[in-house]
Amino acid sequence: MNDFVGNIINCLPDLLAAAPLTLLLTLVAGVIGLIMGTFLALARLSGRPLLSWPAATFMFVVRGTPLLVQLYLIYYGLGQYLGHSWVRQSFLWPYMREGLTFALFAYSMNQAAYNAEVLRGAIQSISKGQIEAAQAIGMSGFQTLWRVRLPLAFGNCLPVLTSDIIILLKSTALASTVTILELMGTARVIQRQSLQIYEPLIACGLVYFVVVIMLTALMRPLENRLTRFRKG
Amino acid sequence: MSEFLNYMAWGPKGWGDEFFFAFFMTLKISLIAFGISFAMGLVFAIFKLSNSRFLRGLAGIYTTVVRALPEMLMILIVYFAVAGMVETVLISAGLVGSEFQFSPFWTAVFALAFVSGAFMTEVIRAGLLAVPRGGIEAAWAMGMSGPQIYRRVVMPQMMRYSLPGLGNLWLGITKDSAIVSILGAFGELLQTGYRAAAATKEYGYFYGLTALLFLLITILSLVVLNWMEKRLNRGLV
Repeated sequence: MNDFVGNIINCLPDLLAAAPLTLLLTLVAGVIGLIMGTFLALARLSGRPLLSWPAATFMFVVRGTPLLVQLYLIYYGLGQYLGHSWVRQSFLWPYMREGLTFALFAYSMNQAAYNAEVLRGAIQSISKGQIEAAQAIGMSGFQTLWRVRLPLAFGNCLPVLTSDIIILLKSTALASTVTILELMGTARVIQRQSLQIYEPLIACGLVYFVVVIMLTALMRPLENRLTRFRKG
Repeated sequence: MSEFLNYMAWGPKGWGDEFFFAFFMTLKISLIAFGISFAMGLVFAIFKLSNSRFLRGLAGIYTTVVRALPEMLMILIVYFAVAGMVETVLISAGLVGSEFQFSPFWTAVFALAFVSGAFMTEVIRAGLLAVPRGGIEAAWAMGMSGPQIYRRVVMPQMMRYSLPGLGNLWLGITKDSAIVSILGAFGELLQTGYRAAAATKEYGYFYGLTALLFLLITILSLVVLNWMEKRLNRGLV
């Protein structure tokens, strides 16, 4: 038993060193996904078929296929085509070759589709009166969007966006399958090197657990801030 | 273009039959995993609503831990660790012979079910809580036994309240079944796509095909779920 606990503790330094990469994946994909998702949601609700149809199709396809398949499709598939094209000669190639670029691309797309679906609901649920009031005091379409519709929408759906971020954090474990040594990937390397089966996985679980709890704690003040008008 | 059609030939030359069977394999894995996780969800939801502090705590630990950890990690842990533990328990209890081992297929399916079971618990718990008290009290007053009430009064109504959640979980399970491909060769969609892509070097084509087949499962599921929702809500909406 002592051995078991000791082995778990021995895994922790390597895993903690890998945690920043997991957080980087989560943060970058989370931010890009949120920005792209906002535009997607607006395109989806724009009422113009040329905008709303591609947005709706994108959202449906991304949400209807497994993330792991998207990762493989982008990492292997895109790599296959880009590797034979002009991109190979360009200055971008050293970055493009990295699994991380492809993974960030896949995660951002995925996150954008899920965020867009959440935001679409939130934007739709804003009461008509708010928008009419904004128009009545002479706000332009963009001003209404920027000052009334988006802030209200984000405030309404922030808890869901938070849980989407947590889901994203958990799904970054899949990036270990495309050669990225984040938490999960590092745990599997330790598994192979130390020939221990359970200990690295359990240690990895501990680190994820702490990171998830920290992330939840970080999001709470933001939630309170964005919905501060509801109290009192 | 014709080379892509050749890839889809039936038989040993092409990948058509492999993908055909893989499609149903993914459906089979998902269906079994859904069944197991529904049973687990029901048991743990009843635990969560029970009066026993021990059972409530047990169910609480299960749902919290499983939902806080990545699916892939949980599936690996269950696949490697929990299955072995259950085997040891069964063997030491004398229920099975000392040579007993779960087949990798069942272990993988159980791992998938174990993960979704935690989410299932929450969906079913919410569904159970949404059943109006009055109906249950009326059933008691008529002299129905506990199991009878569950079967005839609570379950049918719970199903109606839980269906949207159950539908989402089903879609989640079909997609999570792709993770099973990292455990071994079970011939499901992603693993088949992986083999086909590696053999032909046509990564974009075969992973695209895999994605399309998963999309097909999603579309078919949505049609069925829509029909079920209408049926469970008949006479009400």
